[in-house]
Amino acid sequence: MYKISKENLNALYAAIAGGNDLFLPVKNAGQTNFGLWTESADVDIDTLKTVKSAKDIFFPQSESLYQVRRQDGKLEIQGEALREKPFVVFGIRGCDVKGMEVLDKVFLSDPVDGYYAARRQMGTIVSLACGRPETSCFCKVFGVDCAEPAGDVVTWLVGDTLYWEAKTKKGEALTEKLGNLLEKADTADVEKEKEKIHAIVERLPYSNLSLEKWGAAAADQNFDSPLWEQLYSPCLACGTCTFVCPTCQCYDIKDYTTSSGVQRYRCWDSCMYSDFTMMAHGNNRTSQMQRFRQRFMHKLAYFPANNNGMFSCVGCGRCVDKCPSHLNIVKVIKAFEKEGQ
Amino acid sequence: MPVTENWKPTIVAFCCNWCSYAGADLAGSSRLAYPADVKIIKVPCSCRVNPMFILRAFEKGADGVILCGCHPGDCHYSTGNYYARRRMTLLFSMLDYLGVEEGRTRVEWVSAAEGVKFSETMNSFVEKVRALGPNVRLGDLRCKN
Amino acid sequence: MQELIVRAKELLEKGEVARVLGWKKGEQEYDAEPAFFETAESLDNFVYNGFCGANLSKYMIEAGKKEGKTLVFLKPCDSYSYNQLLREHRVDREKAYIIGVGCKGKLAISKIPFDGILKVSGAQYPDAQEILTVETLYGTETIPYKDAMLERCHVCKGKDHVVYDELLGESADTVDADRFAEVERIEKMSPEEKFAYFQSELSKCIRCNACRNVCPACSCRKCVFDSTAFDSEQKANTTSFEEKMFHIIRAFHVAGRCTDCGECSRVCPQGIPLHLFNRKFIKDINALYGEYQAGSDLECPAPLTSFTTTDAEPGVGRG
Repeated sequence: MYKISKENLNALYAAIAGGNDLFLPVKNAGQTNFGLWTESADVDIDTLKTVKSAKDIFFPQSESLYQVRRQDGKLEIQGEALREKPFVVFGIRGCDVKGMEVLDKVFLSDPVDGYYAARRQMGTIVSLACGRPETSCFCKVFGVDCAEPAGDVVTWLVGDTLYWEAKTKKGEALTEKLGNLLEKADTADVEKEKEKIHAIVERLPYSNLSLEKWGAAAADQNFDSPLWEQLYSPCLACGTCTFVCPTCQCYDIKDYTTSSGVQRYRCWDSCMYSDFTMMAHGNNRTSQMQRFRQRFMHKLAYFPANNNGMFSCVGCGRCVDKCPSHLNIVKVIKAFEKEGQ
Repeated sequence: MPVTENWKPTIVAFCCNWCSYAGADLAGSSRLAYPADVKIIKVPCSCRVNPMFILRAFEKGADGVILCGCHPGDCHYSTGNYYARRRMTLLFSMLDYLGVEEGRTRVEWVSAAEGVKFSETMNSFVEKVRALGPNVRLGDLRCKN
Repeated sequence: MQELIVRAKELLEKGEVARVLGWKKGEQEYDAEPAFFETAESLDNFVYNGFCGANLSKYMIEAGKKEGKTLVFLKPCDSYSYNQLLREHRVDREKAYIIGVGCKGKLAISKIPFDGILKVSGAQYPDAQEILTVETLYGTETIPYKDAMLERCHVCKGKDHVVYDELLGESADTVDADRFAEVERIEKMSPEEKFAYFQSELSKCIRCNACRNVCPACSCRKCVFDSTAFDSEQKANTTSFEEKMFHIIRAFHVAGRCTDCGECSRVCPQGIPLHLFNRKFIKDINALYGEYQAGSDLECPAPLTSFTTTDAEPGVGRG
């Protein structure tokens, strides 16, 4: 294990970047989101949750797929290059790292999504333990240990010191590159920090949600529940929950007419939207209740049914914080829990 | 796009069918000069111009947008230009508020008999936009491809 | 709060209304959600406190399609939105029983800058405290009620309801800021500064449409930005143009109809001060066409569907 003092973090960022891209939480106009590191970036690793998750870096909200250009009466098709340059993501929390695992199931199983796969291959993940978990956090429910997140490198911020531990080959390579910036450290402080974090997690109000009613079997059991009708009614049909979610992976493909041809791009879509998966026959989900149900059933029933029981919620709690109507997955889980009693 | 001595702004002019388009026609048949980079789009009435048209023009590469209609009181449909006047007043004020300089937007009333006014208006508007340089604040980068 | 429940139960039991539209207790006291109550027992979960910021008037469009009358609780500023919907024939007054409920300023949990908030005391209605006590996972903190208030409450439209069947509870004066100060500050900037300011704010937009969907003035059945038949459908923030397009057009579409209820800014997950767009239009309308408050009455002509022959000519600097 290594360490570096907080005041030297800028030198650390510069060294990590060292010609490559470094993504980390950056504050812009009062909000913290993952962004590219520059000398002048307002880095903010104290904010627990970025508004959007780190998903954006591997699966951008919108990305160009290819361009079609008309030239001299001929059409020229130019595919977007896959990511070839290595990059580092610093400061991902445990829940978001787990979110990557969920996305991997979707994008790395056959047929593999080349754009995503290239980014995954080129990216090194430096995760950061959560020193001050929030009320809305419930990652423990989904088996995430926010005191010891996964990642190529795991870091802990204890007081004014950042502790650093490489966990994979990629992580070791990055550590080596940093040379003298990091100094050797013992694990005592980190062990104490982990204990402290675990004690806080136990006190979080949603840490002990029961998932008993969910999983593959819920696909049939919960689909026709009258609870959905009660739960969905304040839903505004906005896409906030899906767009801040680290695991929502649905996208739409669109064409944009440029001055000389067409640009085809894909962008995040939301199952909360009325035109989601709109097809020639109209819409396969015609009411907001059905759309609302789909989102939670996907996370808690359909996804586990197709992925050996793995839920596609990681308990980051962003939707809990951000829903304009204060609806969220916690309320859904609790409503079904109560129903059986 | 680098700004050079020879840079010419792209101007979109929405002209109503009854007055301003005829005014532009008159300017042409009277051999009055106005810059070739003014692209005229004929609309049935100045009030047909939806704010989205203005934004789209900027999106697709316009450096300035001008709306021309019948003089107040002379609208072919009686009152269309009065509504257009209020809408454009507010919209252009909003664009200015967002940092799209006021010089890039303009409304001018041009009758079918005012070929000279049409030509003068376009000349002075092009000059003004030229001085401001290319529009980089409301364009869509994809349109530069 | 208890008197609201008692009255709602009474009206439900007498059969004067078929359902009640109010706020339901959440998991915490700061996450109450808008809800319909159909039985007297379910009203035990009714809550009304400082965190019930949600404007319920837009839900009355859907409520109007249901059988029977709906009892709705409207705060003074919500009543303007309802009135505006009434004027636009989007709600049915015959199917609404409106209780104008008192308001002492609404709070935003995002304005309480402490980590791990477990409990907030002092936000109850009607006995709100001047200082909120916030219990967190990391200790107890305090914050003045005013500091945690939504932006809109600092420029409150007043204590009067513009439409109601009966009134319950008292309101407090919460104004301590000038409604147009921020707009004026921006107007004085150079074009470069204005652009930099809005670019920085709008670059955060994630196109979640929360601002649009919560807006009582945005009541189109099919929004132009959702229409696949029209080329304005933009789900992606592919270029910075799209955010500007969306927000300018949205503000323009509600210009003259926006009551300045502030819901757009309340719900924005990225904290974009969206009210600054609407307020710019309101300020210009006031200056150019006379003072106008959308939703204040049902009769006087709306600024963008009327004109005078002597209106100002377009050109910035006049407004």
